[in-house]
Amino acid sequence: MPKYQFLLNGKEFEVDVPGDMPLLWTLRDVIGLTGTKYGCGIGQCGACTVHVDGSPVRSCLVTAASVDGSEVTTIEGLAEEDRLHILQQVWVDQDVAQCGYCQTGQIMSAAALLKEKPNPTDDDIDEAMSGNYCRCGTYVRIREAIHTAAGFYDAS
Amino acid sequence: MHLKRRTLIKMSGLAGGGFVLASVMPGSLLAEEAPSLVGSVELNAYVQIDEDGTITIYSGSPEMGQGIKTSLPMIVAEEMGANWDDVIVKQTPEVDTERYGRQSTGGSYTLYLNWNLMRKMGATAREMFLAAGAIEMELPRDELKVENSRVFHIHSDQFRSFAELAALAYRQPVPDPESLVYKGREEYTILGKSVSQVDSLDIVTGAGDFGIDTRVPDMLYGTYEKCPAVGGTIVSANLDDLKKEPGVVDAWIINGNGNVRELMDGVGIVGTSTWAVFKAREKLKVVWDESAASKDSWTGFKKFAEDVDSDVGPEVNIERGDFKAVFEDRDNRVVERFYEFPYVTHMCLEPMNCTAHYRAGEKDGRDHLEVWLPTQNGPRFQSVAKNLYGLEKDQVTIHVKRMGGSFGRRTSNEYVCEAIELSKRAGKPVKLTWSREDNMRHDFFRVGGFQKVRAAVNPEGRVVGWDEHAIGIHQNGERVVGSGFRDSAFPLANFPVVRGSHTTTEMKTLAGPWRAPWSNTHAFITQSFIHELAVETGRDHVELLLEMLGSPRKLPGDIRSMHTGRAADVIKMVASKGGWGRKMPKGRGLGLSFYFCHAAHVAEIAEVSVDAERKLTLHRVTAAVDVGPIINMSGALGQVQGAIIDGYSTMVGQKITMEQGRIEQTNLDQYPVLRIGAAPEVDVHFIQSDNEPTGLGEPALPPLAAAVANAIYAATGERVRKMPLIDEGFTV
Repeated sequence: MPKYQFLLNGKEFEVDVPGDMPLLWTLRDVIGLTGTKYGCGIGQCGACTVHVDGSPVRSCLVTAASVDGSEVTTIEGLAEEDRLHILQQVWVDQDVAQCGYCQTGQIMSAAALLKEKPNPTDDDIDEAMSGNYCRCGTYVRIREAIHTAAGFYDAS
Repeated sequence: MHLKRRTLIKMSGLAGGGFVLASVMPGSLLAEEAPSLVGSVELNAYVQIDEDGTITIYSGSPEMGQGIKTSLPMIVAEEMGANWDDVIVKQTPEVDTERYGRQSTGGSYTLYLNWNLMRKMGATAREMFLAAGAIEMELPRDELKVENSRVFHIHSDQFRSFAELAALAYRQPVPDPESLVYKGREEYTILGKSVSQVDSLDIVTGAGDFGIDTRVPDMLYGTYEKCPAVGGTIVSANLDDLKKEPGVVDAWIINGNGNVRELMDGVGIVGTSTWAVFKAREKLKVVWDESAASKDSWTGFKKFAEDVDSDVGPEVNIERGDFKAVFEDRDNRVVERFYEFPYVTHMCLEPMNCTAHYRAGEKDGRDHLEVWLPTQNGPRFQSVAKNLYGLEKDQVTIHVKRMGGSFGRRTSNEYVCEAIELSKRAGKPVKLTWSREDNMRHDFFRVGGFQKVRAAVNPEGRVVGWDEHAIGIHQNGERVVGSGFRDSAFPLANFPVVRGSHTTTEMKTLAGPWRAPWSNTHAFITQSFIHELAVETGRDHVELLLEMLGSPRKLPGDIRSMHTGRAADVIKMVASKGGWGRKMPKGRGLGLSFYFCHAAHVAEIAEVSVDAERKLTLHRVTAAVDVGPIINMSGALGQVQGAIIDGYSTMVGQKITMEQGRIEQTNLDQYPVLRIGAAPEVDVHFIQSDNEPTGLGEPALPPLAAAVANAIYAATGERVRKMPLIDEGFTV
């Protein structure tokens, strides 16, 4: 099997998987990082959102081969050592989650949004977060949490 | 940003050295007759103190997003006088109902059923700390109180921490349950406050312990293909081709026991990754015998329903008052309407899954089964293991895992049995994961249905008779869960002159409980119809509702029967908070709805606008809710917000259809769900009445659809009697 190398959460990683294996399953079943979730497998739910070279992607739709040489960040790599990302802290403080299954994907999409737009409007949030489904209906708190986090966000 | 201390404590785990405070189950003979003997650590135990002051409280009920893993331990902590920052919460490590009591969840009933047990666990611990404090400080016990994880003297500054007293407290007799006095609401320091759920940090860091995240050594990954039409049996499959696929370890034809909640015929594949077995499955060719399989057709069911032309069905559930007379009285006017709602799927975002490790002859020649299982009902699986595999409780270890949503779905055991079959054959642990397509094809759906409603209205515009006839579904001669209604619902429960009946037809498509079973559709029908009556009679909707409730009274029955006074109070409150009667601009309207279910009285007002292109905007929903005192304010608000948004999502776009027994929608691209941009603001008001607290996972959902339908009418003059709205040409 071919080998692919990428920078995963700041560390060099090499995986030996079929080239068409989605990044989602490479992360979950091969590498063992299970914070990235399987929801639909067709890019409709957003539970598998990760960053590839800084942009949010649905990891069920990109292959291991396609991220060869790229920088991949998953939810496990969002905090810096014991410093939570501001979104993670606000998500805890404001008790956003219910079942919690979609929330890692929600946070990864929101993190990409804040990087691009540190002070997003409601319309910015609607657009950036529209690909992330929450079955529990936590959208009200997701929106509030993004606004709260934006108030603290240091884009540097 | 650095973690707050509380969060760090919760991350650190428990470093051993603790002990267990013995506690007693209600009804335990040993406890009732000889409380002083109950000192064994082997009795039911929910509280553990560590030497560093950490208090571990176990949660016995499974967590699926309803917040029970946080709210139950809050009750224990409150009664014992713990500081919540000192508390860590763990799921009970095993399924053992003799030790822990009821370890299942559902029906928004878990809080109510555990309220006294949790108070008892906390108060028992508190009394033992007080006894220990009296000895240790040599002070009279009635001069001591607990607060902030310590026992203190009310007349001096003396105190001892729970950690200091723990060893001595453990040796104190367990108090007689009859002697326990619980705190009054005015004394609460934890209950009623907002607490972030105990697993929040794990959830946001990706460490969440969902069933699907289970990884055990030497584990294989599995998938299971069943007949797309329920009830089909297997004839043959191209197993040899499958076994050549990359990453596939083995594949088998598996014959089931024909029980849809246990094991149906199928093909099982195990391999080195979920992807490997999903991909191999694309090459699978199965010959099914569909002679006994479902031939269900949604269009056939719809035709059946539309052809029913009687006002009453063969199953008459209730008839009260001078029914015939009021409907035949020629001075009265009869208003009649017909409503329709579709099948919908649970769409739990975490797919059905189970990790199983079947070890043949492992202990003294006896088999042993270990499962990692996201389930609402671990004890039910114990019976399945016994009946299906002959395994006694001591041969089965169940790790109850957090559920990524359930809404009534994870109460059956077929995905567990499928995982067990694969593990037995592979001789290794296997994690079975259903694909999204499996989840949609093989759900236990919220059934679709139809209903006629009639009312007799007298010349003064008063409703004097009420008649419901639901057209639903039966299987094996029984009306299925979620089809039709029960007579505990308003207005059948209280109205003086009513009739309720059902006509049913056979459908094999699997049916199951879905968030507020039957109430979630019955509320849409009845509370839309009451508004239609208000329109027909030219009366105010609030006034008509209050009139139909009658005088304030508790209807006969337990907490699950309605109190018309509490109902009137939430209606009045929502009218006041939601600005009922406000003048609205053109194209914008308010709609009201009330419903009683799951011991909860809930009223909602929806504010919508509809533009010329039929684009619908739900601006705001105001809710007034009486579920007694609130345990965790943050959790309670979240459940109401979420149920309202879930109800709207379902109403707007969701519909499952079937033809030739096959479910026609396979994934989210064919099943529109609500996205963040269409979510309304939600404004929630609780009436914290002096009743026992009950759960909120379900009851805020049912009123929503009627509130929206009534608001659409107010905005446009157009009446919606069918869901979903996108089939009626609306967009969001």
